[in-house]
Amino acid sequence: MRASHKVLLAGVLVVGTVGFLMASGIKETGVYFLTPSELASKIAADASFHDVGVKMGAKVVSGTIERDVASQTIRFQVTDGQVTYPVVYRGLAPDTFTDDVEVVVEGRLQPDGTFRATTLLAKCGSRYSSTPKA
Amino acid sequence: MTVLGQLALWLALLLGAWGAIVGWVGGQRGDAVLITSARRTTFALAGLLTVALVSLLIALLRNDFNVAYVASYSSRNLPLPYKVSALYGGQAGSLLFWGFILTWFAAAAQLLTPRRYAYLMPYVAAVTSVVTVFFVAVTVFGANPFDRLGFTPMDGNGLNPQLQNPGMVIHPPMLYLGYVSITIPFAFAVAALFTRRLDVGWLHAIRKWTLLSWVFLSIGITLGMWWAYVELGWGGYWAWDPVENASFLPWLTMTAFLHSVMIQEKRGMLKRWNVILVGFSFALSIFGTFITRSGVISSVHSFAQSPVGNFFAWFLILGGVFMAWLTWSRWDLLKTEARLESALSREASFFFNNLLLVGMAFSVLWGTVFPMISELVRGTQVTVGPPFFNQVNIPIGLALLALTGIGPLIAWRKASPGNLRRQFFLPVLVALIVGALLAAVRLSDAYAGIAITLGAFVTTTIVQEFVRGMGARHRLHGESYPLALARLIGRNRRRYGGYIVHLGIVTYFVGFTGLAFKTEMEASLKPGESVSMRSPFGQELTFTHLGISQYEALNRFVSAASVEVTRDGKRVGVMTSEKRQHVDSFGRPTFEPSTEAAIRSDPREDIYIVFAGAVNGTEEAVYKFTINPLVMWVWLGGAILVFGGVVTLWPGGGPTDRATRRAMEGYRTQLVGEEAGT
Repeated sequence: MRASHKVLLAGVLVVGTVGFLMASGIKETGVYFLTPSELASKIAADASFHDVGVKMGAKVVSGTIERDVASQTIRFQVTDGQVTYPVVYRGLAPDTFTDDVEVVVEGRLQPDGTFRATTLLAKCGSRYSSTPKA
Repeated sequence: MTVLGQLALWLALLLGAWGAIVGWVGGQRGDAVLITSARRTTFALAGLLTVALVSLLIALLRNDFNVAYVASYSSRNLPLPYKVSALYGGQAGSLLFWGFILTWFAAAAQLLTPRRYAYLMPYVAAVTSVVTVFFVAVTVFGANPFDRLGFTPMDGNGLNPQLQNPGMVIHPPMLYLGYVSITIPFAFAVAALFTRRLDVGWLHAIRKWTLLSWVFLSIGITLGMWWAYVELGWGGYWAWDPVENASFLPWLTMTAFLHSVMIQEKRGMLKRWNVILVGFSFALSIFGTFITRSGVISSVHSFAQSPVGNFFAWFLILGGVFMAWLTWSRWDLLKTEARLESALSREASFFFNNLLLVGMAFSVLWGTVFPMISELVRGTQVTVGPPFFNQVNIPIGLALLALTGIGPLIAWRKASPGNLRRQFFLPVLVALIVGALLAAVRLSDAYAGIAITLGAFVTTTIVQEFVRGMGARHRLHGESYPLALARLIGRNRRRYGGYIVHLGIVTYFVGFTGLAFKTEMEASLKPGESVSMRSPFGQELTFTHLGISQYEALNRFVSAASVEVTRDGKRVGVMTSEKRQHVDSFGRPTFEPSTEAAIRSDPREDIYIVFAGAVNGTEEAVYKFTINPLVMWVWLGGAILVFGGVVTLWPGGGPTDRATRRAMEGYRTQLVGEEAGT
């Protein structure tokens, strides 16, 4: 076998491995990113979706944040304007987490309709935006 | 003042178009007048963008809140250095800043490139002018920092507190310098394609530029990690966020390019690949800006949706089509001059290095845009997070680490058994011993064990090279060992600078292994109460809450919570973490409160404490304690890597030609020696 063929073969192997790692990585770790309405329709179509971890991007409903510092639990509601879900999150919230801010919560929707979040990300506030509000 | 800046931008727009035309036409016709005009245009553009930037700076320093940008990103009580950094704290300003750096690089390329590459310069001027026009157009039409408000606010919003950090003052410019300077190698590649002069000339002309942009990108990325670690308070430095990935992507392709260039210089191979790599590096630097500004991919850091994204998308598409056509039309001229002779050769190892780097870049790109792709294909967004990136990139990274040791030592063309034995016997032995020791202490993480074992292998190869080189100088020239070391590096900067960079990479990897042993705990403590946790090194760390104090500082109210830390009963010290509420000059709160983590570093581990808040106004505090092993090694790796880069970049050692000749001679001697040895 010519040297260039050997290297080519090894190269194909490398590319194949990388491709396999990527495909299996996405299969194993990919998470749905849904709006509350999308989540609601997924659940309506297939109740087993309760057991699937999802990410949900939505806005915090103003005035719904209740913090219990002692147990480090935060309860709030998120909405996309159509569907609203109560969220329970245990842990530290990022500094940017306040009323009206866009959040991404990751976790599972419980059968009782609350979203139990394991991670809570808040988008940087409006001051970071490109269109200054005059 | 803003009128002046505005005017300068419009002039730059016209002049840039002129530069593009005369550069191209002048190059085609060989018209000296037009060529000179193109060259001078790049200088004029640098002047105009400087005027624009300075007028924005003056508006910031004068607190001219009638200017929307100043009102949004500065305030009266903002400390001076942050007023300056507000220049690039917002989108419009950062675009202007980008254009400003670009024009200076373009002018420097015209000034500093040796005369023998004059045939490339009109086209280089044309390309840099086009890119300048693009950035100025985005600034003027997409996000203009000189736009005025209909009224003048009493005070501005102030700069985001998370950007009020010394790291954040220099991190963005470094990253921009890295991104922007990729334009220069790209411009040379286009020029070489246009002129059909596709020998190694253009590669020699851009060698330092490539390395320079790579060093800036490295500094920018490392500072970004440091900033995230110190300022964001989540206890880590890399989260595979799209913004971080965007800076990592061009770094990967540039790293690949730095290596594949050597193959073309020495063996005339990989010509097509090199052109494609430069094209992709440039595209990725633009793409990075696109994804962070367009809002197509959600990121914690990203700027909100803006029309600027569309400009970038079109620029990418048009540029991509143009580059594809240009490369395709010169395809036959880019034929390789040599064939690969053996699978065990430096060429082959560099080929794998490139394959892995580009594979890594592809997987990171794929993971970053996957939400977008899955939405297009399946109608639902599927996101991938750190688990995906780690799962894919750790194995690739480890393979690359192994190649870091193999590549520089294996012979060109064909490695003989003698070469392999001579170069790799000791490193493999050391690696086996280290691996056995790690297995004996039952290191709990396999990847960490492999990384440290490979690190030992690579470090031994490098030390062996230095020791042999020093020994040779000592014997031949009778130099003392320190002098021999200094001369060894000084006389062959590219090679030994490269080794130092590799040592930096190994150090990074050592730091990364610490991530496998990160330990966290949250606790709510009344004053005097304490908690204990076991560090990964087996010591008992005890944290005692001392109390919360409140005070007012320059532009903020601060609540500071203090903890006394002991390690195995020995006092380490008091660590204080803060919650800050930034205020404007009327004492009204601006922004959400921000957290300042308390960090105590030593080579073994970082103690990282975050004060999460007080319980209902009492002095009971909620804390998050994190033990981050080996984090310091990440910063150390960055420092070593940059030092190696600077050694390689350092001017002197004769003009490029002589350096090349010497390198070629070295290569020949090595070949001859190799043949004699077999």
